[in-house]
Amino acid sequence: MKIRCLVLIALGLLAASAGAQPPPAPAHVDAARGPVPIPETTRPPLLRNAVNDDQRLKRNYDMQPPVIPHRVDGYQIDKNFNKCLDCHARAKTEFSGAVPVSATHYIDRSGKVLPQISTRRYFCMQCHVAQEPVQPLVGNSFRGIAAAPAPAAKK
Amino acid sequence: MIVERLKRYWRIIRRPSLHFSLGFLTLGGFIGGIIFWGAFNTAMELTNTEAFCTGCHEMRDNVFAELKTTIHYTNRSGVRAMCSNCHVPHNWTDKMARKMQASKEVWGKIFGTIDTQEKFQAMRLELAQHEWSRMKANDSLECRNCHQYESMDFTRQSVRAQNMHTTYLASKEKTCIDCHKGIAHQLPHIPPGSGPSDTPGQIVPKSASAAGS
Repeated sequence: MKIRCLVLIALGLLAASAGAQPPPAPAHVDAARGPVPIPETTRPPLLRNAVNDDQRLKRNYDMQPPVIPHRVDGYQIDKNFNKCLDCHARAKTEFSGAVPVSATHYIDRSGKVLPQISTRRYFCMQCHVAQEPVQPLVGNSFRGIAAAPAPAAKK
Repeated sequence: MIVERLKRYWRIIRRPSLHFSLGFLTLGGFIGGIIFWGAFNTAMELTNTEAFCTGCHEMRDNVFAELKTTIHYTNRSGVRAMCSNCHVPHNWTDKMARKMQASKEVWGKIFGTIDTQEKFQAMRLELAQHEWSRMKANDSLECRNCHQYESMDFTRQSVRAQNMHTTYLASKEKTCIDCHKGIAHQLPHIPPGSGPSDTPGQIVPKSASAAGS
Protein backbone atom coordinates (compact mmCIF):
# COMPACT_ATOMS: atom_id res chain seq x y z
CA MET A 1 0.00 0.00 0.00
CA LYS A 2 2.68 2.35 1.06
CA ILE A 3 4.84 1.57 -1.90
CA ARG A 4 1.93 1.95 -4.30
CA CYS A 5 1.16 5.34 -2.85
CA LEU A 6 4.73 6.51 -3.31
CA VAL A 7 4.84 5.22 -6.87
CA LEU A 8 1.60 7.02 -7.67
CA ILE A 9 2.89 10.27 -6.25
CA ALA A 10 6.11 9.92 -8.16
CA LEU A 11 4.26 9.20 -11.38
CA GLY A 12 1.97 12.13 -10.75
CA LEU A 13 4.89 14.45 -10.26
CA LEU A 14 6.58 13.17 -13.40
CA ALA A 15 3.41 13.67 -15.41
CA ALA A 16 2.95 17.17 -14.04
CA SER A 17 6.50 18.16 -14.85
CA ALA A 18 6.38 16.59 -18.31
CA GLY A 19 3.01 18.10 -19.17
CA ALA A 20 3.44 21.68 -17.96
CA GLN A 21 7.09 22.02 -19.07
CA PRO A 22 7.65 25.24 -17.09
CA PRO A 23 10.39 27.31 -18.74
CA PRO A 24 13.58 27.54 -16.73
CA ALA A 25 13.16 30.37 -14.24
CA PRO A 26 14.57 33.52 -15.86
CA ALA A 27 17.82 34.58 -14.18
CA HIS A 28 17.10 37.44 -11.89
CA VAL A 29 18.39 40.65 -13.47
CA ASP A 30 19.32 43.36 -11.05
CA ALA A 31 18.81 46.72 -12.71
CA ALA A 32 21.88 48.20 -11.10
CA ARG A 33 23.98 45.11 -11.73
CA GLY A 34 22.88 44.25 -15.27
CA PRO A 35 22.80 40.75 -16.73
CA VAL A 36 26.11 39.78 -15.14
CA PRO A 37 25.95 36.50 -13.22
CA ILE A 38 26.37 36.90 -9.50
CA PRO A 39 29.76 35.16 -9.24
CA GLU A 40 31.27 37.43 -11.87
CA THR A 41 32.47 40.96 -11.31
CA THR A 42 30.60 43.77 -12.99
CA ARG A 43 32.29 46.51 -14.91
CA PRO A 44 31.26 49.67 -13.12
CA PRO A 45 30.36 52.70 -15.24
CA LEU A 46 32.96 55.41 -15.62
CA LEU A 47 33.06 58.04 -12.94
CA ARG A 48 31.98 61.40 -14.24
CA ASN A 49 32.33 64.91 -12.98
CA ALA A 50 29.28 66.23 -11.22
CA VAL A 51 27.12 68.82 -12.97
CA ASN A 52 28.85 72.18 -12.65
CA ASP A 53 26.83 74.55 -14.82
CA ASP A 54 25.39 76.65 -11.97
CA GLN A 55 21.93 76.45 -13.54
CA ARG A 56 19.41 76.24 -10.73
CA LEU A 57 17.05 73.31 -11.20
CA LYS A 58 13.38 73.53 -10.35
CA ARG A 59 12.07 71.51 -7.47
CA ASN A 60 10.33 68.28 -8.45
CA TYR A 61 7.85 68.49 -5.60
CA ASP A 62 6.91 70.80 -2.78
CA MET A 63 9.43 71.07 0.03
CA GLN A 64 12.12 69.29 -1.99
CA PRO A 65 15.58 70.40 -0.89
CA PRO A 66 16.96 72.16 -3.99
CA VAL A 67 19.79 70.23 -5.62
CA ILE A 68 23.31 71.59 -5.93
CA PRO A 69 24.17 72.67 -9.50
CA HIS A 70 27.94 72.75 -8.94
CA ARG A 71 30.73 70.47 -7.86
CA VAL A 72 31.29 70.04 -4.17
CA ASP A 73 34.31 67.72 -4.25
CA GLY A 74 36.35 67.96 -1.09
CA TYR A 75 34.11 70.49 0.61
CA GLN A 76 34.93 70.62 4.28
CA ILE A 77 31.89 70.36 6.53
CA ASP A 78 32.91 69.62 10.09
CA LYS A 79 32.74 71.24 13.50
CA ASN A 80 35.39 73.75 12.52
CA PHE A 81 34.26 74.92 9.15
CA ASN A 82 31.42 74.64 6.68
CA LYS A 83 32.51 75.32 3.13
CA CYS A 84 28.94 75.65 1.86
CA LEU A 85 28.14 78.39 4.35
CA ASP A 86 31.28 80.24 3.33
CA CYS A 87 29.24 81.45 0.34
CA HIS A 88 25.63 80.54 1.13
CA ALA A 89 25.32 81.90 4.67
CA ARG A 90 22.95 84.84 4.65
CA ALA A 91 25.67 87.20 5.82
CA LYS A 92 27.90 86.18 2.90
CA THR A 93 25.57 86.15 -0.06
CA GLU A 94 25.82 89.84 -0.77
CA PHE A 95 29.49 89.38 -1.52
CA SER A 96 29.40 85.90 -2.99
CA GLY A 97 26.25 86.24 -5.05
CA ALA A 98 25.20 82.76 -3.97
CA VAL A 99 21.65 81.68 -3.20
CA PRO A 100 21.08 82.41 0.48
CA VAL A 101 20.22 79.56 2.82
CA SER A 102 16.50 79.46 3.55
CA ALA A 103 15.46 81.51 6.56
CA THR A 104 13.87 78.39 8.01
CA HIS A 105 17.36 77.01 8.54
CA TYR A 106 18.04 79.68 11.14
CA ILE A 107 15.25 78.51 13.40
CA ASP A 108 15.88 75.89 16.05
CA ARG A 109 13.37 73.21 16.93
CA SER A 110 11.68 75.33 19.55
CA GLY A 111 11.03 78.06 17.00
CA LYS A 112 13.69 80.45 18.21
CA VAL A 113 15.43 82.48 15.50
CA LEU A 114 19.20 82.13 15.72
CA PRO A 115 21.95 84.45 14.48
CA GLN A 116 23.69 81.52 12.81
CA ILE A 117 22.50 78.37 11.13
CA SER A 118 20.66 75.91 13.32
CA THR A 119 22.75 72.90 14.25
CA ARG A 120 20.08 70.57 12.92
CA ARG A 121 20.56 72.13 9.48
CA TYR A 122 24.33 72.25 9.62
CA PHE A 123 25.16 69.25 7.45
CA CYS A 124 24.00 70.61 4.10
CA MET A 125 24.61 67.48 2.09
CA GLN A 126 22.28 65.38 4.18
CA CYS A 127 19.51 66.90 2.07
CA HIS A 128 21.09 68.91 -0.75
CA VAL A 129 23.07 66.86 -3.23
CA ALA A 130 25.16 67.51 -6.31
CA GLN A 131 23.95 65.97 -9.57
CA GLU A 132 25.65 63.48 -11.86
CA PRO A 133 25.04 63.79 -15.63
CA VAL A 134 23.74 60.22 -16.00
CA GLN A 135 20.51 58.51 -16.90
CA PRO A 136 18.69 56.75 -14.08
CA LEU A 137 19.46 53.03 -13.95
CA VAL A 138 15.92 52.14 -12.97
CA GLY A 139 12.90 53.39 -14.86
CA ASN A 140 10.69 55.85 -13.01
CA SER A 141 7.35 57.26 -14.05
CA PHE A 142 7.30 60.05 -11.46
CA ARG A 143 6.59 63.29 -13.29
CA GLY A 144 6.98 65.92 -10.63
CA ILE A 145 5.43 69.35 -10.41
CA ALA A 146 7.38 70.58 -13.43
CA ALA A 147 5.28 68.31 -15.66
CA ALA A 148 2.00 68.92 -13.83
CA PRO A 149 -0.35 71.58 -15.23
CA ALA A 150 0.13 74.94 -13.63
CA PRO A 151 -2.45 75.85 -10.95
CA ALA A 152 -3.64 78.84 -12.99
CA ALA A 153 -4.41 76.64 -16.00
CA LYS A 154 -6.57 74.37 -13.84
CA LYS A 155 -9.13 77.06 -13.08
CA MET B 1 90.21 91.39 27.91
CA ILE B 2 87.80 90.63 25.10
CA VAL B 3 88.63 93.91 23.41
CA GLU B 4 92.32 93.02 23.43
CA ARG B 5 91.66 89.61 21.97
CA LEU B 6 89.53 91.17 19.23
CA LYS B 7 92.30 93.64 18.50
CA ARG B 8 94.76 90.77 18.15
CA TYR B 9 92.51 88.94 15.66
CA TRP B 10 91.98 92.16 13.77
CA ARG B 11 95.77 92.60 13.42
CA ILE B 12 96.16 89.03 12.16
CA ILE B 13 93.46 89.56 9.58
CA ARG B 14 94.87 92.85 8.44
CA ARG B 15 98.48 91.60 8.11
CA PRO B 16 99.56 90.42 4.65
CA SER B 17 100.08 86.67 4.31
CA LEU B 18 103.69 85.54 4.90
CA HIS B 19 103.50 81.85 3.93
CA PHE B 20 100.92 81.60 1.12
CA SER B 21 101.26 83.08 -2.31
CA LEU B 22 98.72 85.51 -3.68
CA GLY B 23 97.80 82.99 -6.40
CA PHE B 24 97.14 80.25 -3.85
CA LEU B 25 94.98 82.52 -1.73
CA THR B 26 93.03 83.78 -4.73
CA LEU B 27 92.48 80.38 -6.34
CA GLY B 28 91.93 78.69 -3.00
CA GLY B 29 89.42 81.31 -1.99
CA PHE B 30 87.69 80.94 -5.34
CA ILE B 31 87.47 77.13 -5.24
CA GLY B 32 86.59 77.15 -1.55
CA GLY B 33 83.84 79.64 -2.32
CA ILE B 34 82.40 77.42 -5.03
CA ILE B 35 82.44 74.39 -2.74
CA PHE B 36 80.88 76.34 0.11
CA TRP B 37 78.21 77.83 -2.10
CA GLY B 38 77.33 74.51 -3.68
CA ALA B 39 77.16 72.77 -0.34
CA PHE B 40 75.11 75.57 1.14
CA ASN B 41 72.56 75.52 -1.63
CA THR B 42 72.41 71.73 -1.68
CA ALA B 43 71.74 71.70 2.04
CA MET B 44 69.16 74.43 1.57
CA GLU B 45 67.44 72.46 -1.18
CA LEU B 46 67.47 69.40 1.05
CA THR B 47 65.31 71.26 3.54
CA ASN B 48 62.84 71.89 0.71
CA THR B 49 62.16 68.22 0.04
CA GLU B 50 59.00 66.49 1.06
CA ALA B 51 60.99 63.80 2.85
CA PHE B 52 62.51 66.49 5.06
CA CYS B 53 59.19 68.18 5.80
CA THR B 54 57.41 64.95 6.61
CA GLY B 55 60.31 63.75 8.71
CA CYS B 56 58.56 65.30 11.70
CA HIS B 57 55.44 63.61 12.96
CA GLU B 58 53.88 67.04 13.47
CA MET B 59 53.83 67.56 9.71
CA ARG B 60 53.37 63.96 8.62
CA ASP B 61 50.36 63.19 10.81
CA ASN B 62 48.54 66.49 10.56
CA VAL B 63 49.00 68.74 7.59
CA PHE B 64 50.55 66.20 5.23
CA ALA B 65 47.83 63.67 5.97
CA GLU B 66 45.25 66.31 5.08
CA LEU B 67 47.06 67.29 1.89
CA LYS B 68 46.83 63.72 0.62
CA THR B 69 43.08 63.95 0.14
CA THR B 70 43.20 67.16 -1.88
CA ILE B 71 43.64 67.88 -5.56
CA HIS B 72 47.09 69.28 -4.98
CA TYR B 73 48.32 65.81 -4.04
CA THR B 74 46.38 63.53 -6.33
CA ASN B 75 44.62 64.48 -9.56
CA ARG B 76 44.01 63.36 -13.13
CA SER B 77 47.18 64.76 -14.69
CA GLY B 78 49.56 63.82 -11.91
CA VAL B 79 51.00 67.28 -11.43
CA ARG B 80 51.67 67.57 -7.76
CA ALA B 81 52.53 70.36 -5.40
CA MET B 82 54.72 69.50 -2.46
CA CYS B 83 55.11 71.44 0.78
CA SER B 84 57.84 73.79 -0.38
CA ASN B 85 56.02 74.71 -3.62
CA CYS B 86 53.48 76.63 -1.61
CA HIS B 87 55.25 77.39 1.64
CA VAL B 88 58.72 78.46 0.51
CA PRO B 89 59.25 81.37 -1.87
CA HIS B 90 61.22 80.54 -5.03
CA ASN B 91 63.04 83.84 -5.14
CA TRP B 92 66.43 83.42 -3.41
CA THR B 93 66.34 86.37 -1.00
CA ASP B 94 62.74 85.66 -0.03
CA LYS B 95 63.65 82.02 0.43
CA MET B 96 66.50 82.93 2.77
CA ALA B 97 64.20 85.19 4.75
CA ARG B 98 61.65 82.40 5.05
CA LYS B 99 64.32 79.89 6.07
CA MET B 100 65.51 82.21 8.81
CA GLN B 101 61.94 82.58 9.97
CA ALA B 102 61.71 78.81 10.00
CA SER B 103 64.27 78.70 12.82
CA LYS B 104 61.27 79.49 15.00
CA GLU B 105 59.78 76.24 13.79
CA VAL B 106 62.93 74.38 14.84
CA TRP B 107 62.47 75.95 18.27
CA GLY B 108 58.89 74.75 18.28
CA LYS B 109 60.00 71.25 17.32
CA ILE B 110 62.61 71.10 20.10
CA PHE B 111 60.23 72.31 22.78
CA GLY B 112 57.24 70.36 21.47
CA THR B 113 54.94 73.32 20.84
CA ILE B 114 52.62 71.23 18.67
CA ASP B 115 53.80 67.72 19.44
CA THR B 116 50.30 66.39 20.03
CA GLN B 117 47.28 66.71 17.81
CA GLU B 118 45.42 68.61 20.54
CA LYS B 119 48.18 71.19 20.81
CA PHE B 120 48.26 71.49 17.05
CA GLN B 121 44.52 72.01 16.79
CA ALA B 122 44.69 74.63 19.53
CA MET B 123 47.38 76.58 17.67
CA ARG B 124 46.03 75.92 14.25
CA LEU B 125 44.22 79.19 13.65
CA GLU B 126 47.28 81.23 14.61
CA LEU B 127 49.55 79.16 12.38
CA ALA B 128 47.08 79.39 9.52
CA GLN B 129 46.81 83.13 9.92
CA HIS B 130 50.59 83.45 9.60
CA GLU B 131 50.44 81.70 6.25
CA TRP B 132 47.39 83.65 5.10
CA SER B 133 48.97 86.99 5.90
CA ARG B 134 52.23 85.95 4.24
CA MET B 135 50.41 84.98 1.04
CA LYS B 136 48.25 88.07 1.26
CA ALA B 137 51.34 90.26 1.48
CA ASN B 138 53.07 88.73 -1.54
CA ASP B 139 49.89 88.64 -3.64
CA SER B 140 49.68 84.83 -3.45
CA LEU B 141 53.01 84.49 -5.20
CA GLU B 142 53.31 80.78 -4.48
CA CYS B 143 49.91 80.13 -6.07
CA ARG B 144 50.86 82.20 -9.06
CA ASN B 145 54.09 80.30 -9.61
CA CYS B 146 51.86 77.68 -11.22
CA HIS B 147 48.44 79.31 -11.64
CA GLN B 148 49.09 82.31 -13.84
CA TYR B 149 46.32 84.78 -14.33
CA GLU B 150 47.47 85.52 -17.89
CA SER B 151 47.16 81.85 -18.83
CA MET B 152 43.73 81.30 -17.36
CA ASP B 153 41.14 80.38 -19.97
CA PHE B 154 37.96 81.75 -18.45
CA THR B 155 35.85 79.93 -21.01
CA ARG B 156 36.98 76.66 -19.45
CA GLN B 157 35.89 77.78 -16.02
CA SER B 158 32.49 77.48 -14.45
CA VAL B 159 30.29 80.57 -14.56
CA ARG B 160 30.86 81.16 -10.88
CA ALA B 161 34.63 81.01 -11.25
CA GLN B 162 34.48 83.28 -14.32
CA ASN B 163 32.50 85.88 -12.43
CA MET B 164 34.85 85.91 -9.47
CA HIS B 165 38.06 85.86 -11.49
CA THR B 166 37.04 88.52 -13.98
CA THR B 167 35.96 90.91 -11.27
CA TYR B 168 37.74 90.52 -7.94
CA LEU B 169 40.93 88.90 -9.22
CA ALA B 170 41.22 91.02 -12.36
CA SER B 171 40.81 94.26 -10.44
CA LYS B 172 43.41 93.08 -7.90
CA GLU B 173 40.87 93.73 -5.22
CA LYS B 174 41.44 90.20 -4.03
CA THR B 175 44.23 87.72 -4.33
CA CYS B 176 44.06 83.94 -4.59
CA ILE B 177 44.31 83.24 -0.86
CA ASP B 178 41.39 85.52 -0.02
CA CYS B 179 38.94 83.02 -1.44
CA HIS B 180 40.97 79.82 -1.74
CA LYS B 181 41.79 79.22 1.88
CA GLY B 182 41.77 75.66 3.09
CA ILE B 183 42.25 74.09 -0.33
CA ALA B 184 45.27 72.01 0.61
CA HIS B 185 44.60 71.60 4.34
CA GLN B 186 41.53 71.63 6.49
CA LEU B 187 40.40 74.89 7.99
CA PRO B 188 40.40 75.52 11.73
CA HIS B 189 37.46 77.07 13.50
CA ILE B 190 37.40 80.70 12.43
CA PRO B 191 35.73 83.09 14.85
CA PRO B 192 33.07 85.35 13.30
CA GLY B 193 34.61 88.37 11.66
CA SER B 194 37.90 86.74 10.68
CA GLY B 195 36.53 84.34 8.09
CA PRO B 196 38.07 83.79 4.67
CA SER B 197 35.90 86.33 2.92
CA ASP B 198 35.48 88.86 5.68
CA THR B 199 39.02 89.63 6.71
CA PRO B 200 39.70 93.36 6.62
CA GLY B 201 42.19 94.86 4.24
CA GLN B 202 41.37 92.73 1.24
CA ILE B 203 43.05 95.15 -1.15
CA VAL B 204 46.49 93.90 -2.15
CA PRO B 205 49.22 96.43 -1.37
CA LYS B 206 50.57 97.79 -4.64
CA SER B 207 54.24 97.57 -3.64
CA ALA B 208 53.93 93.96 -2.58
CA SER B 209 52.22 92.97 -5.80
CA ALA B 210 54.81 94.82 -7.85
CA ALA B 211 57.65 93.12 -5.99
CA GLY B 212 55.93 89.80 -6.37
CA SER B 213 55.59 89.90 -10.14
